[in-house]
Amino acid sequence: MAVKAKHQRLLLAVLAASALLAAGLIAASALREEVSYFYTPSSLARDKPAPGKAIRIGGLVQPGSITRGADGVSIRFVVQDRDASLNVRYTGITPDLFVEGSGVVADGRLAANGIFIADSLLAKHDENYVPRELADIDMKTGQQSKDSLVR
Amino acid sequence: MAEFGLAALWLAASMALLQMVSGLAALTAGENGKGGILADLVIPAAAAQGALCAAAFASLIYLFLVTDLSVLLVANNSHLDKPMIFKLAGTWGNHEGSMLLWVTILAISGAAIALFEKRLDRETLRATLTVQAVLALGFFAFLLFTSNPFARLFPVPQAGAGLNPLLQDIGLAFHPPTLYFGYVGLSVAFSFAVAALLTGKIGPAFARAMRPWVLLAWIFLTLGITAGSYWAYYELGWGGYWFWDPVENASLMPWLAATALLHSVGVLAVRDALRAWTVMLALIAFAMSMAGTFLVRSGILTSVHAFAVDPGRGAFILALLLIYVGGSFLLFALRIASVTQGKTFRLFSREGAIVGNNILLSTILGIVLIGTLYPILAEALGDKISVGPPYFNKAAVPIALLMMLLLIFGPMLRWRKDDGIGLQRLLLLPIVAAISGMVIAAVIKPDAGVFVIITLGLSSGLAVGAFLPLFGRKLTRTPLTIWGMVTAHFGLAIAAAGMASEAGYSSERLAAMDVGDVERIAGWRVKLNNVEPVVGENWTALEGQMIAGRGNDVSEMRPQSRNFVSPETQTTEAALLTRWDGQLYAVIAPAGEGSIKPWQVRLWWKPWVTFIWLGGVIIALGGALALLGRMLRGVKFRRPGPVDERFAA
Repeated sequence: MAVKAKHQRLLLAVLAASALLAAGLIAASALREEVSYFYTPSSLARDKPAPGKAIRIGGLVQPGSITRGADGVSIRFVVQDRDASLNVRYTGITPDLFVEGSGVVADGRLAANGIFIADSLLAKHDENYVPRELADIDMKTGQQSKDSLVR
Repeated sequence: MAEFGLAALWLAASMALLQMVSGLAALTAGENGKGGILADLVIPAAAAQGALCAAAFASLIYLFLVTDLSVLLVANNSHLDKPMIFKLAGTWGNHEGSMLLWVTILAISGAAIALFEKRLDRETLRATLTVQAVLALGFFAFLLFTSNPFARLFPVPQAGAGLNPLLQDIGLAFHPPTLYFGYVGLSVAFSFAVAALLTGKIGPAFARAMRPWVLLAWIFLTLGITAGSYWAYYELGWGGYWFWDPVENASLMPWLAATALLHSVGVLAVRDALRAWTVMLALIAFAMSMAGTFLVRSGILTSVHAFAVDPGRGAFILALLLIYVGGSFLLFALRIASVTQGKTFRLFSREGAIVGNNILLSTILGIVLIGTLYPILAEALGDKISVGPPYFNKAAVPIALLMMLLLIFGPMLRWRKDDGIGLQRLLLLPIVAAISGMVIAAVIKPDAGVFVIITLGLSSGLAVGAFLPLFGRKLTRTPLTIWGMVTAHFGLAIAAAGMASEAGYSSERLAAMDVGDVERIAGWRVKLNNVEPVVGENWTALEGQMIAGRGNDVSEMRPQSRNFVSPETQTTEAALLTRWDGQLYAVIAPAGEGSIKPWQVRLWWKPWVTFIWLGGVIIALGGALALLGRMLRGVKFRRPGPVDERFAA
């Protein structure tokens, strides 16, 4: 079976197209399962995701809310924005600039009792390095500003 | 000095303009037409552009070394008290400087092609330099109109703002330039590909001219990614080596495309097959490095890499991206029908295996690209989402494993068509290795995870199988290029084994500790002896003094929680203890008020984790061997007849 040149190019084009298609399909199905949505305490109050689903939350650490657990490595605190607040639990070393009143973004999931179990925390680093999700939240009032500031 | 640099930059830009105009004159004159003196200026213009850019970059280095605070860029990114090596690294540790570095490397590569490339016909060479000039002009415009590195500042400040402490690290001195060499190498491959589309001469000569640049780019990208991964591992203090961060993906995507291109350009050089395919991959590889630059430099992403939070700059890079990539794809669509098909092959052959490699790599590339861009698109539509490691691991890892499987036997197939008889005999060895690898991995820890066990099996198979192409050869007479291939494939097996071992067999311990406390992890006993303040050149820190012991092996570890003075920031400095069978990783932080004990300590034991970066270095070494082999042959066969096909890999 000799392969004609024209057929070979066609075959290669078909192979390339099917690779693209495969990538698209695999990506779409994995995305559907693994994407995590970003919530603020108020948007979470309006529209609660299912417990156990991976999500990301962000807001301000409520002053006076950080309490340390008896084991010395787990903490509880409250993340708030203007209208709502959310209890968060985290076990691990807190990021360097994690302090009361500062902005924080956390990856994790809601527990059945409504507490957010954080797997990782991302704190506002400095003026030049704000977590993307917090860039348009006013750091003083916890209000989401309408006009996006830094972008 | 700043004015000298700026003048050199403007002159270099005008040289690029001259190079483009004269190149176009040469192109329109065609193969036989002379194109006059104007056409002959292409090569001198390219050389002059390279020299002028080097001068501009040298003057910026000088400004940073002497900390000339009257220059805005220096004042914003440097500080009088900074250690010398970081003053140097500060030159490219910022947006403007890094773009100047990019364009400098681009211009020097252009000069190198102009002066040293002898294999290409004159027409394609001039067309290549014309495309180079068009690329360079875009970046010159970007620098001069939106990101002038030499802008002055008045009044002159006293001290300077400093460099992001995370970036004050020896790794930074080499990480960005390494990646840039990679990106720019791919831009050279792009110029060759577009030039070949213009002149219609797509064949082995074109592939041989392009191959060293692809190889060079690929070596640097490999090293850059490996170094970046190790930097994230020890500097961020999170114990991970790859976070599927968009910025990391921005370097991985060009690497995937370059790896595919590297293999297909070899087929084109040796067998004159896969013509359109190779040109397409060259365009995609460059598109990926442009997209990477756009993602990293536009400020769309917030990370330590995003220096520019200026929408104008982002729009400029996006416009360049669209013009170059869109233009070249349009050219491809218009011209490719006139490119005749190269030699044919059966699917079960070396060419077929390489097509398989290309398709799997492209699929992974597609998955990474979608996962990286999707959050940005969704955000534009008003949804804030993030795509993290679970997505990438789930979608990309199975395909990568398929690729490793193909890699075990692909290199042993014959060109054009293979009857499979030779394979049956040789494959026994890697199959036995793969199965025993899997059994051992499963016995040590049955719940390590099915992907971990399969990966360890395939790594064992590949570690053996990688050497099979040497079978039946006289080792002393085996060309360096073959050694390079064998080495790179072996390196991949090593890196994959390290990743699987890290994923499946690491132990982690998080504890609150007081001075005198002891924690145990994976056979190690770690005692916190003391915590003391220490002072560095521009930081102060709390340093934990730990004694880690395992049997007779007792060593000290000193992790730090560091406070930088300018700008005011804290970082955690991990302490690493490297042993033949893995690394012990320790991080310390003050526990904060209300805690029962004053210190939080996080410990990891990561068996064989060093294989990840060792593998990366071995892969790059393989590339270097292949490049050396090509260069030596280039010397030996200077102006040869047809290059002997038997030697080419």
